[in-house]
Amino acid sequence: MKKFAVALLASTSLCTTVMAADDAIQVGFVTTLTTGAAVIGNDMRDAVNLALDHMDNTMGGKPVEVLFEDDGFKPATGKQATDKLIKEDDVDIVAGYIWSHVLMASYRSVLKADKVIISANAGPSAIAGKLCDPNFFSTSWQNDQTPMALGELLNARGVKSLYLMAPNYAAGKDMVAGVERTFKGDIMGKDLTKWGADAQLDFSAELAKAKASGAEGIAVFYPGKAGGAFIKQYQQAGLADVMPLFTMFTVDALSLPKLQEANMTGILGSEMSMFWSPEMDNPANQKFVAGFREKYGRYPSFYAAQSYDAMNLIKSAADALDGDFSSTSAVRYELAKANFDSIRGDFEFGNNHMPIQNFYARKVVEDADGNWTTEITKTVFEKHQDTYAATCSM
Amino acid sequence: MDTVLLITQAVNGLQLGVLLFLLSAGLTLTFGIMDLINLAHASFYMLGAFFGATVTIYTGSFTLGFFAAIIAVLIVAWIIEKVIISQLYTRDHLDQLLATFGLILIADTLVHIIWGPAGLAIALPPLLQGQVTFGGVTLPSFRILIIGVGLLVALGLYWLVNHTRTGMLIRAGASNRRMLNNLGVDVGSLFAAVFCMGAALAGVAGILITPITEASIGMGNDIIITAFVVVIIGGIGSIKGAFIAAIIIGMIDTFGRAFLDQLFMTVMPAETAETAAPAVSAMLIYLLMAIILSLRPAGLFPPKLR
Amino acid sequence: MEASSKRSILAGAVFLILLAVVPVALFYSGKIFWIDIFTRLVILAIAGTSLYLLLGVAGLPSFGHAAYLGLGAYAVGVPIHYATIGGAEWLASYNGWWQFFLAIVVSALFALITGAISLRTRGVHFIMITMAFSQMIYYALISLEEYGADDGLSVYASSEFAPLMLDNPVHLYGICFGSLLFVLYTVHRLQHSRFGRVLQAAKQNETRVLASGVNPFKYRLLAFVIAGVIAGYAGALMANFALFISPDMVEWSRSGELMFMVILGGSQHLLGPLVGSSLFILLEFVLSRWTIYWHLPFGIMLLLVVLFGRGGIIGMLRKGQQS
Repeated sequence: MKKFAVALLASTSLCTTVMAADDAIQVGFVTTLTTGAAVIGNDMRDAVNLALDHMDNTMGGKPVEVLFEDDGFKPATGKQATDKLIKEDDVDIVAGYIWSHVLMASYRSVLKADKVIISANAGPSAIAGKLCDPNFFSTSWQNDQTPMALGELLNARGVKSLYLMAPNYAAGKDMVAGVERTFKGDIMGKDLTKWGADAQLDFSAELAKAKASGAEGIAVFYPGKAGGAFIKQYQQAGLADVMPLFTMFTVDALSLPKLQEANMTGILGSEMSMFWSPEMDNPANQKFVAGFREKYGRYPSFYAAQSYDAMNLIKSAADALDGDFSSTSAVRYELAKANFDSIRGDFEFGNNHMPIQNFYARKVVEDADGNWTTEITKTVFEKHQDTYAATCSM
Repeated sequence: MDTVLLITQAVNGLQLGVLLFLLSAGLTLTFGIMDLINLAHASFYMLGAFFGATVTIYTGSFTLGFFAAIIAVLIVAWIIEKVIISQLYTRDHLDQLLATFGLILIADTLVHIIWGPAGLAIALPPLLQGQVTFGGVTLPSFRILIIGVGLLVALGLYWLVNHTRTGMLIRAGASNRRMLNNLGVDVGSLFAAVFCMGAALAGVAGILITPITEASIGMGNDIIITAFVVVIIGGIGSIKGAFIAAIIIGMIDTFGRAFLDQLFMTVMPAETAETAAPAVSAMLIYLLMAIILSLRPAGLFPPKLR
Repeated sequence: MEASSKRSILAGAVFLILLAVVPVALFYSGKIFWIDIFTRLVILAIAGTSLYLLLGVAGLPSFGHAAYLGLGAYAVGVPIHYATIGGAEWLASYNGWWQFFLAIVVSALFALITGAISLRTRGVHFIMITMAFSQMIYYALISLEEYGADDGLSVYASSEFAPLMLDNPVHLYGICFGSLLFVLYTVHRLQHSRFGRVLQAAKQNETRVLASGVNPFKYRLLAFVIAGVIAGYAGALMANFALFISPDMVEWSRSGELMFMVILGGSQHLLGPLVGSSLFILLEFVLSRWTIYWHLPFGIMLLLVVLFGRGGIIGMLRKGQQS
């Protein structure tokens, strides 16, 4: 017992002696590096590393060090990782966060320490609205924006009746509500399926209902592995010919290679709404996508794009402040300008520090080399701001 | 209510039930005969999926992948039984829980290291990609195949348990473990055989589900709890009980997801029904288990006399 | 035997003293993060000790203990939520006494109802039925959009117990550690009272206890309620520590982790849960810094502890001492 206690003490002191170079700018990056969701986290980490390559590991004349932490897909672990970055490593800024619940759990820790937190994915309504904070920034989107764009896209495509499916959790409900807000036709039915640790991946019952509903189209939100599972079953059920599929955050550069591997041709031509697509024609994006494909041999996902932007956003503030991050108010003043070349082209931050940006319709296509990717077909929203900005008192 | 939809959902429920049965059959036998709680049963399901998917991708043949998965899982199960599991039979349930939880962590991490986090997706053979129509009811052919395989396995197990000497020993072991020793049986070999067979069935379930979803890390951990619910409701050690409970749960789960919201909408406002229905349908199987256990604490079909 | 028992009491005392001193010392020497790890560890040890009462003393393997952590946490988070944004005046309050009272009452009620049903079963069936009830709570919390559904809720203030400040890490750690000592003492006393002896006797041989005219059901139900209340209290502390509540706290694998901590430390020893949670949390933290594949060495360690030791870490240490 005593030995154990001694060992415990020894390990304690050992682990706290790791200290970084004084002069570097330290960025903490929290994402998912374990469990199956690590495929998203790895994509984000790869993008961050690419961004570091592109800026020669320097911001505002100082070397940059990024500390990656794993949230294990769990709010409690994510919060602990965030606390560690803030209290022990004393990083200058925290970024990352795929999941709303991990962001919500970690949010307050960062704000209490008066540091800036940048979400490279999660965009829950609470943080966009009532709980908005000057120290929070997003390089992604607010949850409702993408589905609202999808509703508008459905109107433009002349879809009169729709079947909706999403997982039964906060973001899933946001997506459904977002589509309903802008879609003008009839909702023939909707299903919120079981999510969480034992998430439902077999959608046979729901697909049978959708088919029986006679809707003209089906719109779904299934992030991660559920997305691939849904699309396979959609095709296996023979719905591809009768009920066109519209998606949100379901078909991306992570799922497309696997769908291609499984020969799910039913997905080709299907449309989705998104703020970005890999072929977008602006220099920053061309450099990012070409660099990413060269370094990693695959297309970047939107998660990667958002993470790349997060690093460049931080760099813009560091450059303006000559690498001096000692004043948080100065940092956020510079960040709020969004003065960098974003992969999505020009955008600005709203009062709640969520991007005001364009949303596009993009379609699944085969590129010149035979890889499946996406391509923009139409601009759905220009300079769109989320609806919660009005309830943010900033 | 629409009859076609009703039949479609019943077949969907049957398919889910059959899959759960494949997963629970081994669990209920190891539980009943060796008194072993094996959380790592989930890992065989996952390994079946990964082995099968890998071979399918390399050879282009799902059939080859299917049989390769069974063989590979058998080999892994045999090694694990010899090295680790055989030492756990005499231990209490808590030790077994902790050790097999450790095994899950090991298996999940090894899969992460070997195959990466992304998981594997495979294509179906062209023959199985389409749908079949019986009198207005259209169903994906592959799901019919799953039902067929599952029912075949159920029949095979029924025959094995009721009409062979091994089956007699299995039944004897499930109802009274001590009797096995008195019969002068090589208990070690019997246990190993039952364990490996159960693992192989879990592997079959894993490779069968892969073309529908995909092979992914921790995929078994999501479903193992449902399989345990099946085992408990059916009565520990009872193949018949596991089969009936699996079908009941498959049906309840499917019908809950399919019709509960409409049912709720007849008695409450649409808004409330929309949020309540998914929550209640997710709870249904636990509700069922709690009710059954409170009425029949040993499950529906407990093997006679311990 | 006498000497070895004295030695283990001494070892336990040293361990507790270290646990009291080390985090605070680290905090004041500028390593402010470690106290967070230790606070979480101690809160889980409180919940684990309550599980020990069921698992070790009464032989009731509850696999739904995380439900109480969740209920206790929501009993703190929800009143604070309403006090911050308005609504539900009867519930809304920053007052810690009110929140902790709620946590205890809600946990006791849940334990009483589910215990009355669950205790009809034994062994594995008990494991599964307790898990079923906690899963019901999990899915109920996930559907409560009012409280953020699965996104959870930020807890915007700490419970108010003037003059103690729960938002001060050292005060909070002091309260948690004091609570742990109190819970350890209470469970120890319970175990060695007539109540505890009946539980232990019923665990060994139920028929004999019944024959002596005592109905173990009542005793077990009381133990179940006491354990639920302690775990609910731990949940209330957890809400103050994490300043965040979410259904994730209730999910079955959390109950599993709690149980694994107790078994790892030693389910037949009062300090087992504390040793188990210490090892679990510290190893998780240390290993996960070293590699993202940390589950591999961690899983191997769990396996080895079971294969080569009986009665968890404490069992191993005792065996080593005797030989």
